[in-house]
Amino acid sequence: MENRSLVTIADLSKEKIMYLLRMAGEFEKYPNRKLLEGKVVATLFFEPSTRTRLSFETAANRLGARVIGFTDPKVTSSTKGETLKDTIMMVSNYADLIVMRHYLEGAARYASEVSPVPVINAGDGANQHPSQTMLDIYSIYKTQGKLEDLQIYMVGDLKYGRTVHSLLMAMRHFNPTFHFIAPEELKMPNVYKEYCAVNHIKYVEHTDFTADTIADADILYMTRVQKERFTDLMEYERVKDLYLLKLPMLKKAKENMRILHPLPRVNEIEYAIDDDPHAYYFEQAHNGLFARQALICDVLGLTLDDVMNDQTIIE
Amino acid sequence: MKRQELLVAALENGTVIDHIPSNKLFEVVNLLHLEEMKTSITVGYNLRSKKMGHKSIIKIAGKFFSDDEINQLAVVSPNVTLSVIRDYEVVEKKEVVLPDELRGIVKCANPKCITNNEPMKTLFHVISGEKAMLRCHYCNKEISLEHVKLI
Repeated sequence: MENRSLVTIADLSKEKIMYLLRMAGEFEKYPNRKLLEGKVVATLFFEPSTRTRLSFETAANRLGARVIGFTDPKVTSSTKGETLKDTIMMVSNYADLIVMRHYLEGAARYASEVSPVPVINAGDGANQHPSQTMLDIYSIYKTQGKLEDLQIYMVGDLKYGRTVHSLLMAMRHFNPTFHFIAPEELKMPNVYKEYCAVNHIKYVEHTDFTADTIADADILYMTRVQKERFTDLMEYERVKDLYLLKLPMLKKAKENMRILHPLPRVNEIEYAIDDDPHAYYFEQAHNGLFARQALICDVLGLTLDDVMNDQTIIE
Repeated sequence: MKRQELLVAALENGTVIDHIPSNKLFEVVNLLHLEEMKTSITVGYNLRSKKMGHKSIIKIAGKFFSDDEINQLAVVSPNVTLSVIRDYEVVEKKEVVLPDELRGIVKCANPKCITNNEPMKTLFHVISGEKAMLRCHYCNKEISLEHVKLI
């Protein structure tokens, strides 16, 4: 049987991304259905992540599937020394789909290779988090009406931020221009700059973060600068307030510009911005529901036609 | 060269692996699992070499390797040469070629990689370029071929 698992966004073609965006759009119109009635979805969270888990479980529940799983590996046999393979083999006897978050990198790829049922990667260590990327792209598409030729500004922790790396790779199909704004210690790693070069993606690096720097932005993708990432705490104290977005910095922003953030936010976006029309991070999180509904249906073998001709919609 | 060949016994049938950097000799022995073989094996260590200064050489009687087995050697010493011997004559010379994939040979350098935490085989994709790099199939971390550790 064809393995329909979703491990990384890099596996998806441009056509497949557009197809999934259209499917997510259908779910946004009608999120409540019985399309997955009789199916069981397992959510295996070897590492806690309330936000992602709730989003996946809501997506499954609103489509009529039942959800099993665990939210804390301490209650599972992995603490008794069970291998990941054994856990996956056991759960695949019960569920039609496994949604897995794991603290080890590559865990999702391996699970997808041993599992008889499809696996969706809900984050594997610092490696990949494709459903986050899918909702980011959906949010960009929805707010800009297109994906092509956008000026995308990434701000904050570009070194460890898995979401910015995945977004960068997924956008390669759409001729973006990236602007990287980060402190020296958290600059975009060379491997991703090389990725840009190989894939003919334009990018500019900035260290200052002002109203002028971001005046041309279509998308301002904010991330959190985390204290624990710094080896030099003096350096952290020096830069921690340089990458905060404050309301006056938006005075030159383009009208179509939208601020995204993978959340949780601490202080990197001033609360006063929440009411500004450029703020989009809460809607972005809401879009995660539709993006994940599309991903779940796709890996279970349902097509866009199935979704568009669905007779199980609950109005 | 004649004088040097006399340093180790001539081979009737089998394989000669030559031009092994001396510091890689034991890695070659491990990679080919020579310690498990029952036929006679002659190992020459720190022999004089015009090309390399010092080299090592292994002669394995009655054993002919598949290309897959041989190509694993590219990970530790890409410049070794192999001679297939039949009836005291060299009937074929082979060079090792780095394969596209390395399965179960190299250890991933990332301690948080699933392959270092689960009883499973590693898999690396070879990225050819100026300097050959290996990319872990699982965690996607890249390591240069010079820095690989064998399992």
